[in-house]
Amino acid sequence: MDNVLNLDISQLRELLDKGELTSEELTTTYLDRIKSVDEKVHAYVTLTEEDAIKQAKKADEIIRKGEAAPLTGIPLGIKDVICTEGIPTTCSSKMLENFRPPFDATVIEKFKAQGAVMTGKLNMDEFAMGSSTENSAFFPTKNPWDLDRIPGGSSGGSAAAVAARMCVASLGSDTGGSIRQPASHCGVVGLKPTYGLVSRYGLVAFASSLDQIGPLTRSVKDAAIILESIAGHDQRDSTSLPMSVPAFSKACTQGMKGMKVGVPKEYFIEGLQKDVETAIQGALKAMEDMGAEIVDISLPHTEYAIATYYIIATAEASSNLSRYDGVKYGFRAENFSNLMEMYKETRAQGFGMEVKRRIMLGTYCLSAGYYDAFYKKASQVRTLIIEDFKNAFKKCDVIAAPVAPTTAFKIGEKVHDPLQMYLSDIFTIPVNLAGIPGMSVPCGFDSEGLPVGMQIMAAHLQEETLFKAAYSLEKGLGLDIQWPELT
Amino acid sequence: MAKITIKEVEHVAHLARLRFAPSELEEFTSQLDAILQFVGKLESLDTEGVEPTYRAIEIVNCFREDEVKPSLPIEKVVANAPESEDGAFVVPRII
Repeated sequence: MDNVLNLDISQLRELLDKGELTSEELTTTYLDRIKSVDEKVHAYVTLTEEDAIKQAKKADEIIRKGEAAPLTGIPLGIKDVICTEGIPTTCSSKMLENFRPPFDATVIEKFKAQGAVMTGKLNMDEFAMGSSTENSAFFPTKNPWDLDRIPGGSSGGSAAAVAARMCVASLGSDTGGSIRQPASHCGVVGLKPTYGLVSRYGLVAFASSLDQIGPLTRSVKDAAIILESIAGHDQRDSTSLPMSVPAFSKACTQGMKGMKVGVPKEYFIEGLQKDVETAIQGALKAMEDMGAEIVDISLPHTEYAIATYYIIATAEASSNLSRYDGVKYGFRAENFSNLMEMYKETRAQGFGMEVKRRIMLGTYCLSAGYYDAFYKKASQVRTLIIEDFKNAFKKCDVIAAPVAPTTAFKIGEKVHDPLQMYLSDIFTIPVNLAGIPGMSVPCGFDSEGLPVGMQIMAAHLQEETLFKAAYSLEKGLGLDIQWPELT
Repeated sequence: MAKITIKEVEHVAHLARLRFAPSELEEFTSQLDAILQFVGKLESLDTEGVEPTYRAIEIVNCFREDEVKPSLPIEKVVANAPESEDGAFVVPRII
């Protein structure tokens, strides 16, 4: 039975539909795996065991009737920033520790409509603010490849759970790299779709013009299957794109003949770990061997992306997080003598340091006298970054680069230096600012056996091209998913 | 870029409805200053005449039919409130 833990969604679909495996058996195997492994990894904030078994039994009925959808009966984990009706949705924050949403996010409705199974809610940096999952108010998640290291963040629990085989796949959210960077550090596939492709209804907001939900999976094909299931227009999200959903999984075909792959010189900088560069060069060579043409491109404003991002994201966050005031839901402090004190005490005690730091930075950037110098200026630079990408995509179909400058760092290494932590997002942030899709695809290991991911980017709504390139790379490298030993 | 002062940080903390202990305030001021110096590098970039981007996609006027749809039941909404009474949120006396 244990070998079912190694199978991807397509393989499981076949076994389930043939009746060689039931969702209940599959789900029980995963729940047992979580119980034996998660005490080392700490990926789950909430395990929804009883509901999972109920959902699995229901899925088995759907399958028996021959009415299975692609995700029917498949055990999936959910980042704890996505609202699940009646089930705690904490954002790994003391502020929402006891919050049980009265509704499901659109992506959860879609999962439920297919009869997917939810194993539980996954740990993250508080309110998705961080790159290591060390900012969780509850506990840090460990990297399954080396338990002394961070899994990346903010969707660290989502990445670690897939890598440690504690769910078949998971959902994360990506505001500045929060799906792609942990996917890279944990050796799994992670996709941030085009902004507006997946509804944000029920995604607890961090920076609304940048946030996007996406899958973390064990194969490129799985990412396509999940994206097909969660994408689509939603009237409850005014930034959701009114369009029909392409058959992304059909775009997963091997071959890159005639495809132009742009390599931005600004992404191969000082500070890029040698082993990471070697793995990326190897991946580029594999693409070339499959018929791709490698072209040099330039994204000249890359060096301004982090500064731009930390103004725009924190400004939006300072506004979004003003809703946590101790009135409608969430934590309320106990000792106060008036309303103002209640607000301040509630927020001082309910938020962790990184969240406060970002609220402060965003409030400062939006405050009287500073708006033009910071927020407007950053929004203008954002235009220049978008133009960089538009110009680049005149010369190439996809852009290939590292996901992060280094492999997973040690727990505690950057926790006291917020600026250093921010710099680890240098290669992922521009994609969010431009609203384009980006995927992390495993492409090798460093000398210490830690996974390296290649980031493939495409123009707005060019996910099909992205899937073709990523699928080809995965097959071309012959790196079938490898599993950490967890020792 | 001028250094941010503890006084300014205290003011921003008030605007953000946050409170810091004196020791936190000092640490925060120097961290915030380092971050502001870093983001200040945008100053060196000429953006004269560049239109700002506030969203990465081009959707304007997203309309839908103006139909009445069911709302969340009040008891489910107030179930998460720290304090509620008769389907209303309870807050400290304001006036």
